[in-house]
Amino acid sequence: MTHWYMLTLVGEDRAGIVARVTQALYEGGCNLGEASMMRLGGNFTVMMMVSAAGTGDEVRDMLDGVVAELGLRLHIDGIEGRLHQHVMPDVRVTVAGADRAGIVAQVTGALAGAGFNILELESDVAGSERAPLYIMHIEGVAAAGVEAVRAAVEPLAGAGIDVRVSAVETLIG
Amino acid sequence: MAVLPILTYPDERLKRVSEPVETFDDALAGFIADLEQTMRAGPGGVGIAAPQVGRAQRLVIVDISAKPKHPNHGRLVLINPEITAWEGLASGREGCMSVPDFTGNVVRAERITLKALDERGERRSFEMEGFEARAAQHEIDHLDGLLFLDRLVSRRNDLFRRKVYQQPARGAGKSAHGGR
Repeated sequence: MTHWYMLTLVGEDRAGIVARVTQALYEGGCNLGEASMMRLGGNFTVMMMVSAAGTGDEVRDMLDGVVAELGLRLHIDGIEGRLHQHVMPDVRVTVAGADRAGIVAQVTGALAGAGFNILELESDVAGSERAPLYIMHIEGVAAAGVEAVRAAVEPLAGAGIDVRVSAVETLIG
Repeated sequence: MAVLPILTYPDERLKRVSEPVETFDDALAGFIADLEQTMRAGPGGVGIAAPQVGRAQRLVIVDISAKPKHPNHGRLVLINPEITAWEGLASGREGCMSVPDFTGNVVRAERITLKALDERGERRSFEMEGFEARAAQHEIDHLDGLLFLDRLVSRRNDLFRRKVYQQPARGAGKSAHGGR
């Protein structure tokens, strides 16, 4: 009987983190599921589904050496996880503009109010220290349809941010 | 008629380059009927290619008429299809009956000119755009052993679309049906 765990790892970015971590899990008999790994602000971050026969503490033990050596912070939670549960997004929201506090809260607040369920959100701060730019891509499911989402975020456009709402229509061929 | 089993990635047969159809007979008509039934058996399927059911022949079916807001030519059987001109590029989300439970973004030509034989072997030519053009390109890729997995682009770097793009390079060295 195996269990799914959600493993969260953060550490200063350097070459080899993924290789070392996944090798240790493989040697410990784990199987990996879906994962998101990304460099954020000079840190390397990992969110990964790990399936293991043992307990969360046993998974942690497998990674002890690597975590200490690479200076990583590790967090493990047991989850009710299953694979093959993908939900297809039907709306994409792209936001770009001069960076300022509150963009994410305003946009996602408007989206939540329109019944929009976020499946994926990725954002970057680009530009320079003096003139930072904020760029965000959101994909999700719009329970009330794309027009409801558009109407909800339209008032946020202007004042230095561009917000684009587009339908995602998936071609199955 | 029968619903045929769909091959799924990484089945090597999906990577073969298919051969042109040369004989238009009852056996071919029967296969086309089965292929169409197979396409319609899958939820939301708007196209299918013969190699997806293990038949390495240059034959696809495209029918996006269930999505009437997109311009389309209805049900099309495209045999030995060839894209002779293309124009514009657009990113769009695709999935595939041969790659279950996964979708990704793929850049395709926005408008294509396509020639093909129909199921009676008659020469046909089509100008397609948008979703229908995407479906045709997705299916024709199957004939060359390509899946949309071979053409994935990052979601993260999806461009903020602007109204005005520079005219992209045109394919096949032909003047496309321009004027747009």
